[in-house]
Amino acid sequence: MNDRPLVLNEASSFRVNRATLVEPEILDLERQRIFDVCWIYVGHESELRSPGDFRTRVVCGRPVIFCRDSGNAVRVFLNTCRHRGAMVCREAEGNAKIYTCFYHGWSYDRDGRLDGVPGEKDYPQSFSKSDYGLMQPPHVESYRGFVFLNFDPQADPLAEYLAGAKEYIDLVIDQSPSGQMEVIQGTQDYDIRANWKLLVENSFDDYHLLTTHSTWLDYLKNAGVKMQRPDRDHLLPSHGVGKALGNGHATTDNANFRGRPVAKWIPVYGEAAKPEIERIRAELVARLGEARAARVADTNRNLIIFPNLLLADGSSVTIRTFDPLAPDRMRVRAWALGPKEETTAARAIRLDAFLTFYGPGGLATPDDVEALEMVQAGVAATHREVPWSVMSRGMGKTGDQLNSDELHLRAFWLQWDKLMRGEPRAAR
Amino acid sequence: MRKRPPGRATAAKITRAEVEELLFHEAALLDDWRLDDWLALLTGDARYEVPSNDRPDADPENTLFTIADDIDRIRGRVTRLKDKNAHAEFPRSRTRHMISNVRIVGRNGSEMSVEANFVVYRFRRDQGVREYVGRYRYLLRVERDGLKIARRRAVLDAMELGSMGLVSFIL
Repeated sequence: MNDRPLVLNEASSFRVNRATLVEPEILDLERQRIFDVCWIYVGHESELRSPGDFRTRVVCGRPVIFCRDSGNAVRVFLNTCRHRGAMVCREAEGNAKIYTCFYHGWSYDRDGRLDGVPGEKDYPQSFSKSDYGLMQPPHVESYRGFVFLNFDPQADPLAEYLAGAKEYIDLVIDQSPSGQMEVIQGTQDYDIRANWKLLVENSFDDYHLLTTHSTWLDYLKNAGVKMQRPDRDHLLPSHGVGKALGNGHATTDNANFRGRPVAKWIPVYGEAAKPEIERIRAELVARLGEARAARVADTNRNLIIFPNLLLADGSSVTIRTFDPLAPDRMRVRAWALGPKEETTAARAIRLDAFLTFYGPGGLATPDDVEALEMVQAGVAATHREVPWSVMSRGMGKTGDQLNSDELHLRAFWLQWDKLMRGEPRAAR
Repeated sequence: MRKRPPGRATAAKITRAEVEELLFHEAALLDDWRLDDWLALLTGDARYEVPSNDRPDADPENTLFTIADDIDRIRGRVTRLKDKNAHAEFPRSRTRHMISNVRIVGRNGSEMSVEANFVVYRFRRDQGVREYVGRYRYLLRVERDGLKIARRRAVLDAMELGSMGLVSFIL
């Protein structure tokens, strides 16, 4: 690993070795050097309302209980009994007074303390229940409702880790008059037969839009959405940039051309939706002023939080996270996010707009999935003969790095390479 | 089908055999990718829905679905699927819709509610079969030119889409 360069960053050429998408040893090392030291997304605070609410998830490959404790604080417990290891919570979601392992009956309270041990008197005198609470990751922190965990005891604080990504998270949150966004019920949970890093690239790669998503663009055009012809030097209907935000986080940031529930009406929404979108727009301007309102409403931003979280503020807002199951397979989970105080009508527009593009039944995401699976099928058996993928778009150019360039993809891969080389902590 | 007096369309006399004929015909059209002919089975206000696996009984106005199409998007979906640039379905999957346990569960004027079990097998490239198992909930309506589909909701039994991957064809 250390003696074999996998990312080649030269003056006018950036290349990634395709072994990174294929080899099991690389995934093993990624688990240690990336997933076990980075802040990894668990869920959103709005998914848990009251003390005892829980959702079980797999995060960083570990089964966890994402929950609120007796004081209503958000907690994350490893979902394994301290006695002999069985998962103590077997439901996807609910509200628990206690978590009881059904195997031998050990039970834990909402704060993770071991509460009940059948036949406790038969343990030696040195046995103390206080030694056997549910285990927790070393760090759990949240930023504006987004909850992350970190398995590295020496991790930097989340706010520091997020670096320049915070500004872009804030832009999403500003959609809500009260600054509170909520996850809307309904989870899209599906596998892609491809390496997880391909979805990082794809999630904010705007170079592929015209070819991969021509049928989606046709759908918008047929519905009456006016699409501008690209300016000179542009591939896409509007100007946009790609930006590195530090620590491997990066984003696209472009003028909207696809309609937005907050707040740019397009014919796809139907005439009846117009007044509601205008009302949302007016509230935004009154609260934030023209400039900031335009920033929130008239730009699309696909933000990657390193390593595996996408916050896409495009046709609608989606949270998407993805975990490797094998070098050539990942599990994707995606949700829709909306302002807490959104009206019933606005919520319906938001969800409908979401489905025009996103998800396993959307009019665009399936073609992304096909592209990723075609990459995986293409490289799996040929990466020794054809070792390098090219990611040089925009290099050596003066002026903006466009969203159809690859600067933001390179930012991800440079951080990946740095962590995988195992450079000492101070250098990270 | 028997001719019905105009203006007094009623579903009262529709038999299960007639319903099955419609559903089996629809399945055959979908498996043959005769999507324009399939559109002709739908009412002018038809909906096609696939709920998220963790909210099978929800309302698409307040819940994220996998698919929640009104007739305009159904038509847009068909236009897309007929285009070679609908990459997720090019080359097209081969599918086989199996329908059973057809039941008429309600009648109301010209409309009737129907449920049926389904297994849809999907074959794609050299990959193993993907099985989509669940229940259809139909709202059928008697119109001037016969029994039509006003709503079809395909509710999947699996806890998550998981290895099924996409619902890029018409389920």
